[in-house]
Amino acid sequence: MIARLIAPLVSGTLFGAGLALGGMTNPARVRGFLDLFGEWDPTLAFVMGGAMIVMAIAWRVQLRLSNPIFAEGFALPDRTDLTAKLVGGSALFGIGWGIAGLCPGPGIAALVIEPALAAIFVAAMLVGMGLAQISQRSS
Amino acid sequence: MILPGFPDAAPLAGLVGGVLIGLAASVMLLGLGRIAGVSGIAARATGISGEGMPRSGAWMFVLGLPMGAAIVAGLSNGIEASFAGPVVLIVAGLLVGIGTRLGSGCTSGHGVCGVSRLSQRSLVATGTFMIAGIATVAVMNALGLDVLR
Repeated sequence: MIARLIAPLVSGTLFGAGLALGGMTNPARVRGFLDLFGEWDPTLAFVMGGAMIVMAIAWRVQLRLSNPIFAEGFALPDRTDLTAKLVGGSALFGIGWGIAGLCPGPGIAALVIEPALAAIFVAAMLVGMGLAQISQRSS
Repeated sequence: MILPGFPDAAPLAGLVGGVLIGLAASVMLLGLGRIAGVSGIAARATGISGEGMPRSGAWMFVLGLPMGAAIVAGLSNGIEASFAGPVVLIVAGLLVGIGTRLGSGCTSGHGVCGVSRLSQRSLVATGTFMIAGIATVAVMNALGLDVLR
């Protein structure tokens, strides 16, 4: 069904536009937000706030739907266990995020803004993801 | 619009950008029944992860990200961005890749989708990567490490 290709394309495009408009594709902006003890830039708090308002409504709507519009059944995370892997992984991610001011979405979106450097970041990120996947398989 | 005390902040652009991100995640949730988590979807598209949405859909989402950014860049006079150099980006990229897989998500899946759902795991993950990011920037600044060009 074509909607199962169009819907994620629309979602990704809106996402990329929001990231670029909100300043998240600019590492200086992101690091400015994380620079809480220095010259703090609150812009990303507005980005998070805007996204939260819309998503809080979307979760309300979701409760009333028995199925999503273009797919059979919801496939949502249902884990509630707090693990060392969750915390440790998130800490590593946060360190990487702080170092370069990029997380996965803005890194990929920035491929059209700062192509060569964004490509280096995305390539390293994919290698990292592969390494994590391999280490999880062998453990 | 200028925020008193923060002349460099862009609150209105940030808010509108955030609403677009929320709409994007809503399309994914209500349309396809899934979390718009970029790290998971990117791992799925590239085949690094075998779990998640159909790979064709994952690729469409990933392709949309730069398309959306290109539209904004086209409508405005380009987008400001100052990046770190290649070596720093490689180190950061590796950490982001490893961390998001081990931690099952990033700023989008945990930060936007999970926190707005009040998921306990996402609240812990988001708190952790926020603190780690803030601490990292604070330490780098204290050491005088200015990595952005």
